Amino acid sequence: MANVLPPEFADLEPFADWAIPTERARYAKRIASSMDELQAFYDAAYPRLESSTEYLQQVSMDDIGEEDKHLLWLFCSLVTVAFPVEAWRQARVPDSGASSIDAVLEPAV
Amino acid sequence: MAHFTKPDEGSWTEHFKIGTEPISYEDSVSPEFYELERDAIFRRTWLNVGRVEQLPRKGSYFTKELDAARTSIVVVRGNDGEVRAFHNVCRHRGNKLVWNDYPREETSGFCRQFTCKYHAWRYSLEGELTFVQQEGEFFDLDKSDYGLVGVRAEVWEGFIFVNLDPENTTPLREYLGEFGKGIEGYPFDKLTQVHKYRAEIGSNWKLFIDAFAEFYHAPILHGGQYEPEERAKIQKYGYQALAYDVDGPHSLVSSWGGIAPPQEPKMVKPIERALRSGLFGPWDAPDIGLTTEQLPPAINPTRDPRWGMDSFVFFPNFMLLIWRPNWVLTYHYWPTSYNTHIFEGTAYFVPPKNAFERLQQELAVVSFKEYGLQDGNTLEATQTMLESGTVTDFPLCDQEILLRHLHNTAGQYVRDFQQRQAKPAAPSRS
Repeated sequence: MANVLPPEFADLEPFADWAIPTERARYAKRIASSMDELQAFYDAAYPRLESSTEYLQQVSMDDIGEEDKHLLWLFCSLVTVAFPVEAWRQARVPDSGASSIDAVLEPAV
Repeated sequence: MAHFTKPDEGSWTEHFKIGTEPISYEDSVSPEFYELERDAIFRRTWLNVGRVEQLPRKGSYFTKELDAARTSIVVVRGNDGEVRAFHNVCRHRGNKLVWNDYPREETSGFCRQFTCKYHAWRYSLEGELTFVQQEGEFFDLDKSDYGLVGVRAEVWEGFIFVNLDPENTTPLREYLGEFGKGIEGYPFDKLTQVHKYRAEIGSNWKLFIDAFAEFYHAPILHGGQYEPEERAKIQKYGYQALAYDVDGPHSLVSSWGGIAPPQEPKMVKPIERALRSGLFGPWDAPDIGLTTEQLPPAINPTRDPRWGMDSFVFFPNFMLLIWRPNWVLTYHYWPTSYNTHIFEGTAYFVPPKNAFERLQQELAVVSFKEYGLQDGNTLEATQTMLESGTVTDFPLCDQEILLRHLHNTAGQYVRDFQQRQAKPAAPSRS
């Protein structure tokens, strides 16, 4: 499969399926994943987020390219996956049962 | 141990003479009371239904389902640029005028006129009936008698409000009172990056306002979101607001800064450290043309340097949260029955300049969602046990003053309404 992320982030290509454009779909993938899968994605992506502040600050939202868009979406997935990994120890919010809060409007990118 | 100064009376609740006795919550479990609230509150007060940015040009419109007020409305920007609202009903045979696919779902878009799906009656953006299919078949039909039924609409600081009471004479700005006037000048128009969430909640509408109008619960219910050491500390200290205030039916809790940024990076989770953001928003505030000290006077009313956010409750169902790092969150609670409602949470940011800022905002809204999920399900648990009627006396503490005020206010509106209904009609002039 062709690479979808910027070349500097080639090591994250195995996790490219987390480059998902909407919050609703990112959250759906999170709750459909096992803790092992979430942990593996987190362990690979978190250190790259931590060391990429400068890179991300140079990606302008006005003319963001396709590869950077994918990278941004992948890190947006990391944001939602951080909750189970860092706090909940489970994919769902504890005691949230059948309740849901759905994104009905969000920025295009 | 007091962290912040309370009024001379010793408590906020006594200061505002709100009463300190336990409350019953009967108003949240009674279908009969809810029916009264629909007429006494939701058909009588100013309701915020959206923002002007949702109507960017002439012909832009959106619909709003107002089940509690027994109607649906369409809000539209006319050819003259004015924002108007109409009951969303065709004057011919009562069909809902504007909807797509599902009659009960809200919609939005752009049009030059409204055309009824049933018999193609057409209305201008200003609500005039302009076309009747086979007009000659009708009997003495004067089109000027059959325009859309208008709903009073006014705009405050870009927020569009409607009032369904044809007899209402209170202008919006006056209704919003001192808080409204004291917020004016905040640059809401610069906060155009919008994330909106929606949830169906299994509780009375007032119970969710209760949940968001006190932070006494935060160290406990949301304890799992803190690093363990920080959680223990926060639970030991508990929560105290900087200040509370009440103005007519509306109220305010002004809160300290929390964690934007934290005193020590280790107080917060790794993702928050990496992105310099969290529930309280990005730690690096964008420029909005005003410094914290220059914010309008109702915001951080005590001018406390430790200030972090203000949470205004505009009665009945609109909450406006203004955060120190220059972003805004709104909550709306739209009742659908005595024990269900639709919750909407909308975050407004200055548009991010780069991908890092975009991620900072993502973390703030996702944090809001994670907290909201914890709150939402707890509400259903509360509703079911309140309905059991086993316990009917609930003590509320001083940090829960806004809850008392909300329930008192709802009760007062209902009593006033009942009194007006009970009055014999004025003798008609002969």
